[in-house]
Amino acid sequence: MASAVAQGRGASRRRALGSRAVFLGPGLVYVTAFMTIPILLVVSYAFLTRGRFGGVEFPVTLENFVRALDPIYLRVLWNSIFIASATTLLALLIGYPTAYAITRLPARWRTVALVLVVLPFWTNFLIRTYAWIVLLNSQGPVNKTLENLGLIDAPLELLYTRGAVIAGLLYAYLPLMILPVYASIERLDRSLLEAATNLGASKFRSFITVTLPLTLPGTMIGAIFVFVPSLGNFIVPELLGGGKTVMIGNLIRDQFLKARDWPFGAVLALVMVLFLAGLFAVQAMVARRINGRGARA
Amino acid sequence: MRNLGWLRLPFLLTFVFLYVPLVVVVVMSFNGGKQPFSWGGFSTRWYGVLAADAAVRQGLINTLIVAVGATILATILGTLLAIGLARFTRSALLEAYSLTPAIIPDLALAIGLLVLFSAVGMTLGLHSVLLAHVVFGMAFVAAVVTARLGQNDPSLEEASGDLGANSVTTFFKITVPTLLPAIVAGALLVFTLSLDEFVIAFFTDGPATPTLPIVIYSMVRFGVTPEINALAALLLLVSFTVVIAAQRITRLTDAV
Repeated sequence: MASAVAQGRGASRRRALGSRAVFLGPGLVYVTAFMTIPILLVVSYAFLTRGRFGGVEFPVTLENFVRALDPIYLRVLWNSIFIASATTLLALLIGYPTAYAITRLPARWRTVALVLVVLPFWTNFLIRTYAWIVLLNSQGPVNKTLENLGLIDAPLELLYTRGAVIAGLLYAYLPLMILPVYASIERLDRSLLEAATNLGASKFRSFITVTLPLTLPGTMIGAIFVFVPSLGNFIVPELLGGGKTVMIGNLIRDQFLKARDWPFGAVLALVMVLFLAGLFAVQAMVARRINGRGARA
Repeated sequence: MRNLGWLRLPFLLTFVFLYVPLVVVVVMSFNGGKQPFSWGGFSTRWYGVLAADAAVRQGLINTLIVAVGATILATILGTLLAIGLARFTRSALLEAYSLTPAIIPDLALAIGLLVLFSAVGMTLGLHSVLLAHVVFGMAFVAAVVTARLGQNDPSLEEASGDLGANSVTTFFKITVPTLLPAIVAGALLVFTLSLDEFVIAFFTDGPATPTLPIVIYSMVRFGVTPEINALAALLLLVSFTVVIAAQRITRLTDAV
């Protein structure tokens, strides 16, 4: 009897192991084969020599890393960080109050407003960027309107500037700021605000001391959601910057598809990913500290 | 609206900013003139030109092949993965690992896959784009299904086992039907993402089989034409319809 039970248990454990492999196996193998191995390959290419006909060759070298320190490339990196930061800051300045306003709408209108925020986001990225080529064109609607109002005599050069790149990136990723900020304001414990008011704090003071710190984790997630795709973008700088504004994404794309210098492209990609990983680490640290304080309070 | 106070200003600014560019393109798609920026009367002629464009049509067919294939594979792999993660491990690390393809920068994934495909000597074409789209698609399906599994009642599956159903029967009669709304939502998400995906396709596609986003890219690089305006307006119509339909469907299933 006892042995029959033990036998049954052994069989069910074997079955469990079998179905474990059926469920987890294919997905984990796929992620490993098509994400982890490719990325390890890119990392290893960073230490190899450029092949004569594209691809890579031995010997192992650090030359590619040294080359990335050239002022030309450092300037591109700095330029990319500047553009991505400016985009994130503008998204924050417009997105935070907008998210705040949406939480104050009646429930039915809240849903409508949120759908309207995400609608443009679900349309083709190239089409959204193209709309800005139309808008900022020297004969486009913005210049026409300014001329008709008598504000300018000759069309302004709006397209193919750094400002156009920032506008295009802001347009593309603003919804990614609004949604997490909205979620964190919505989750906010209203009784804390009431307590602040009861204790005599002004609206402004309770916003600064209660709302802002408690919504900081959501705001940082929004900032990362905007910053990460902005930094690596190569479509917007190409289409709205007209080749005058080169970002690190353009550089990486060109090393892989035009110059065929894969080791150098791999180094640049590595620099970009490590920079972004650092940002994620900072965000996680701040979020942990704030949540810890909330738990103690 | 009235009780928003000064918040009305950023609120209205956001919606003007989000919608004016789209409205401008849609209006201009009905411009009958050949000059893109001067109004030559209302006309739908550019939609006719667009319909006759063989490159756009072939791009659309290529994109649909990739999107359908990637959706089927990603939905199966992602659903199994989500159930496996919920049932057999509580490892946060393994879960984070499976979801990484959804958050990794697309450019990093794109060059990685280009390097992989060339290292194994695979010729590039629709098959390589499809394999690439499954990577992030699977992660999105797994994320959506995992969220749903958190709300599931395990006693249904236990009852099925107690009543003598074997695990395969339980899986197809209990597990899959209760997860179906999440599986459908995940599949729709992958399909939409794959239809619009440009960066990874740009790196992993062959020159003979451009997907629609790649065709659009080669068109918009040469500036403003009335034909692109018509294409843009049509794509806007399609994605707006899909988003609003998805919104209706999720509200219905949430109500159930």
